[in-house]
Formats: sequence, C-alpha cells, structure tokens
Amino acid sequence: MTAELFQKWAKITPEIRKDIIKMITNAKSGHPGGSLSMVELLMALFAPEGIMKLNDDVTSNERDRFVLSKGHGAPALYATLANLGLADFDREKITSTFRQLGSDFQGHPDRARLPIVEASTGSLGQGVSIAQGIAMGYQMDNNAHRVYTIVGDGEMQEGQIWEAAISAAHKKVHNLTLILDYNKAQIDGFVKDVMGLEPLKAKWEAFGWHVHEIDGHNYQEIVTALKDTHPEKPSMIIAHTIKGKGVSFMEGLVGWHGKAPSLEEADKAYAEFDQQQTIGL
Amino acid sequence: MATATRKAFGMALAKLGEKYPQVVCFDADLAKSTMSGLFAEKYPHRFVEMGIQEANMISTAAGMSFTGKIPFICSFGAFVTGRFDQIRMSIGYAQANVKIIGTHSGVAIGEDGHSQMGLEDLALMRSIPGIVVLQPATAKETEEMIEWAINHQGPVYLRLTRQGVEDIDMESFRPGIYPQVREGEKVAFLGTGGLLNDCKMAADELADKGIMNPAVFNAHTVKPLNNEIMRKISTNYQTIVVFEDHTTLGGTGSAVAEWVSEFADTPRRVIRYGVKDVFGESGTPQDLLEKHGLTKEKIVEYFSK
Ligand SMILES: Cc1ncc(C[n+]2csc(CCOP(=O)(O)OP(=O)(O)O)c2C)c(N)n1
Ligand SMILES: [Mg+2]
Repeated sequence: MTAELFQKWAKITPEIRKDIIKMITNAKSGHPGGSLSMVELLMALFAPEGIMKLNDDVTSNERDRFVLSKGHGAPALYATLANLGLADFDREKITSTFRQLGSDFQGHPDRARLPIVEASTGSLGQGVSIAQGIAMGYQMDNNAHRVYTIVGDGEMQEGQIWEAAISAAHKKVHNLTLILDYNKAQIDGFVKDVMGLEPLKAKWEAFGWHVHEIDGHNYQEIVTALKDTHPEKPSMIIAHTIKGKGVSFMEGLVGWHGKAPSLEEADKAYAEFDQQQTIGL
Repeated sequence: MATATRKAFGMALAKLGEKYPQVVCFDADLAKSTMSGLFAEKYPHRFVEMGIQEANMISTAAGMSFTGKIPFICSFGAFVTGRFDQIRMSIGYAQANVKIIGTHSGVAIGEDGHSQMGLEDLALMRSIPGIVVLQPATAKETEEMIEWAINHQGPVYLRLTRQGVEDIDMESFRPGIYPQVREGEKVAFLGTGGLLNDCKMAADELADKGIMNPAVFNAHTVKPLNNEIMRKISTNYQTIVVFEDHTTLGGTGSAVAEWVSEFADTPRRVIRYGVKDVFGESGTPQDLLEKHGLTKEKIVEYFSK
C-alpha cells in the first residue's frame, strides 16, 4: 500500500465524516465524537484496496468480518459502507432515514434488520465476545478468514471485555483483531478520570495478546499494524485517536459524545470537511 | 425409572451430535453438572469450555451461530439467565440461532440453596421477543425437544431439572400442544417439568377421595402459548391451576393467567401454584418441595381445604 493510496483515502474520509454529521444533524440525535474518531480505522479495513477480504454475499463464510462493539458509533459504519459502495444502500438513504421509524439504520446496529452489520450491539462490552465466536467458528472449519472489532476506551471498562481478553488468548483465537478507539473520552468525563485503563499495552501483553500501539489517524501505521498478525495470539491494536476528529470545535471534548450539532454548527463542520478534502493528507 | 432431564439432555445431545454436525456445545465450568460433558467426550472439537465466563459464553456462542453453527450453551439456569443483557442483546435482538440450556431449576435442587436455584429464569426468558421457552417433564420429552430445537431457526431456552423425573406415557412433543395425561372435568391441572408426575398423582387421589376430578396437562411450552390449546382448556374447565417450581411472578402460571384474562371466551379462575415471591434456601429437596407445597401430598392437602 502506497502513499498514493492513502492520499486517495484521505479524499474519501471527509465525505464519510460529512455523512456522519448529516445523519446525526438530521436525526437531531446520535453520537458524533466516537463516530468521527474511528473513520480512518474503518477506511483501512473496508476500502477495496484495504485490509478486509470482503464478499458481496453476507451469508457466506468466505469473507472477513467486522463487528462494531461500540455500537453507538453506527453512523461511521453506515457512512463507510455507503461511501465505499459496499452495500445496497447509498448516502442519501442513510442520511435521510438514520434513527427514523422503520429504518434499517437504527441508532445502534441491528443485525436482524441489516445483516451487513454482523451483530446487534449498543449494550457495551459484548462485541469482542461475538467477534471471538465468529473467529472460533471459522477456526473449527479451518477457514483462514479474519474477524475485526472496534471497541471504545470507555467500553473497555466493561468486565466482559476482560473475559474475552482471557478466553481469546487461551483459545488461541489468532484470527481475531481487536482495535481500541483510544479517544480518551467517555460520557462522564475523560477515561483517565472516570476509570483509567493504563498501562494498557502492558495489560494486553500480559493477557497474552499481540499488541501494537499506533496513531489511529495515520494510514501507514494503521495498515502496518493490521497486517502484522501473530500465528497463535489474537491481535490488539491500541489506536490513539481524537474524539470528534475533523471538526475543530468538537475535537478532544467530552461534550460532543452524544449531542447533535445545530444546523449552523453542521454547516461549519461541512466547510471544514470540504477544506480537508482539498488539502488531502 | 427416574432420570433427571439434565441427564436426558446430555445423553440426547451426545446422540444427536452425530446426525447434526452443525451442533456445537459450550459450558462454563459446569459440564459435569449440566451433563454437557457427555457431548464433550464424544466431540471434543465441537465442545467449547468457557471457564466461569457466562457472559462471554453467551456472546461468543451468538457470534459462532453467525457462521452457521448451532450452539448449545449450558449452565445452571440461575447463572445463564442471570446474564440477561447478553441474552437479550447478543442472542435475542440479533435473533441468533443459539439454544440456551438452564439446568438446576427450582427449589428442588435442595441443599445448595437460593444462589444456585433457577427461580426467575422463565420470567426473564419469556420477556424476550422471539425466543421459545420450553420445559420438558420427562427424559423422552427432553430428547424430543432437543431435536426440535436443533431444527428450529432461532433462540430457544430449555429449562431442566437436577432431580430425576418419572417417565409418563404421553404424545410426542409438538411446541405449544400440551399433552393431556389425565382425563377430568371442571378443573384443569397444568403440570410443568418435575412436578407433572406429582400433579397427576394428586389428581388421582383427589378423584379417589371424591373431592374433585382434575384433568391434567403437561404445560411444556411457556412461550409461545398455543391459542387453540389455551382456548380449549379455558373453555372446557372452570378453574385452571398451573404448578411450577419457579416464582409465581412471571412464570408459566403468569403466562397462562395473562392469556386467559385477555382472550378466554368466559372468565376463568387461574391459580398460580408455585414459589410465592420468596427466596429459596438450603434443605433437602423433599423438605423444600414440601415447604413450598410442591409435592403430591401438599397438593392434595391444598385442594382438600
Ligand atoms: C452496557 C452499557 N452501559 C452504558 C451505555 C451508555 N453509553 C453509551 S456510549 C457510552 C460511553 C462510551 O465511551 P467510549 O467507549 O469511550 O466510546 P467513544 O468515546 O468511542 O464514543 C456509554 C456509557 C451503553 N451503551 N452500554
Ligand atoms: Mg472514548
């Protein structure tokens, strides 16, 4: 993967961010901060030249899979799939129906309505176990495909994450990659103040995982870490990110976790995305 | 011969594993008690020991079901349904094809006391849309239910006993269709799980004594109730008594009472006969069953008053 490719991705991510803001503004509710922080991670996974081996048939096992454990980041997942043309819905559809009655684009992913999201999440802490289950099912069938999941840093306080940390290492679920969207913030404050997680790298290594610590907005670092897997250990990527990334007045703040922007604020954000698109990386 | 339905489960799953290669089994350090160990011995590569991680087991099994496998997850009913949110979200909401096995139901487990007793499991499971909730009364019925569950697409909760249950001759399992195990009039006894035989014997004795002549049904399906059967029972009998080793709040008795009060053609009395909104405790199974009125003698006594 080359700098040229990353440049190309950098032209698409502002569009994804624009859709995230559009969806949340239109719905007058949703979670902008944690959706914006993981856009590069999703891009590196889902882009056609990216990491995941996809398959149009979502009932097939001949494909890599992705579980969004931090389900409130659903806008980022819908927008990534729509912008990359990976699903039978487009940008108009997601931005106009997100969180509306009867929509497939629920506030949090709903597998029964929209199978491409893989799992029904939104109650934090369960996605790593679900991803582990898919990966173990693949292993039972000698299927070499991988399973990826993104968790939030606040979410990582959940006990079930640490159950899965023990089990995935014990069961040698080496075809599982967990990515931590380490944006440092949750609802009641900064993670370090609410319930600190550090030293994270040492913890996950001690639990028997293959750990990388990277800048979660840097494509080179993201793809390098995603590609470097281990033959026996599950992989953990601690991705340092910025909550609200791409919108100057949201970046790094706790307050934009679950708040919709006003129309004026949204316009300001769109202008910033347009500018980012012109500049590129 | 009295066989515990958990044992019948272990034997049946081990047997059916051959016919259904998609079946896999999970346990959380209770394989010797839930009897899932019988499956593990036969198919070690299709058995997943999860350690004492019920929440992780539930969500992991949901994920595995998304690859086309049919996971059975086993623990005591109290422990597995205690992880309600994982069942509600990872399995229920996702409509994951996972079969949940909750053993050690009710006060009948005895000495271990309240912490190990599945006393609220039916109430919890029955609140989840789309899940099928079943309770077999005999070993044979347990096997039939397991094969049915394998062939049913979607979540199932199966509630099993620690104690042995007597064989009772009755028609094969069909979901919602309660086999009638005794003819009678005016009063219908709806027995469940380990109590069915006591209900039947109590009905015989009450009839012998000329007190009443209850019909007895095996109410093996807690959810969904079958409208035709419920209509038949609520039309033909004036009083309906539902017996269960479970809290009377939200269990089979509640399900029946809800149906009857809403849909029956004529108003009928429904008695929820079970554990009356109290915690369990230690004691011999016999002492506990007696304390809660869940023996033949106590049932006869209750209806002789
Ligand atoms: C089990 C559970 N408890 C509480 C919530 C409510 N909630 C939604 S998002 C959130 C904070 C999540 O923080 P983090 O994981 O850091 O997400 P991010 O910063 O990536 O948005 C909470 C507490 C929930 N969805 N699930
Ligand atoms: Mg966070």
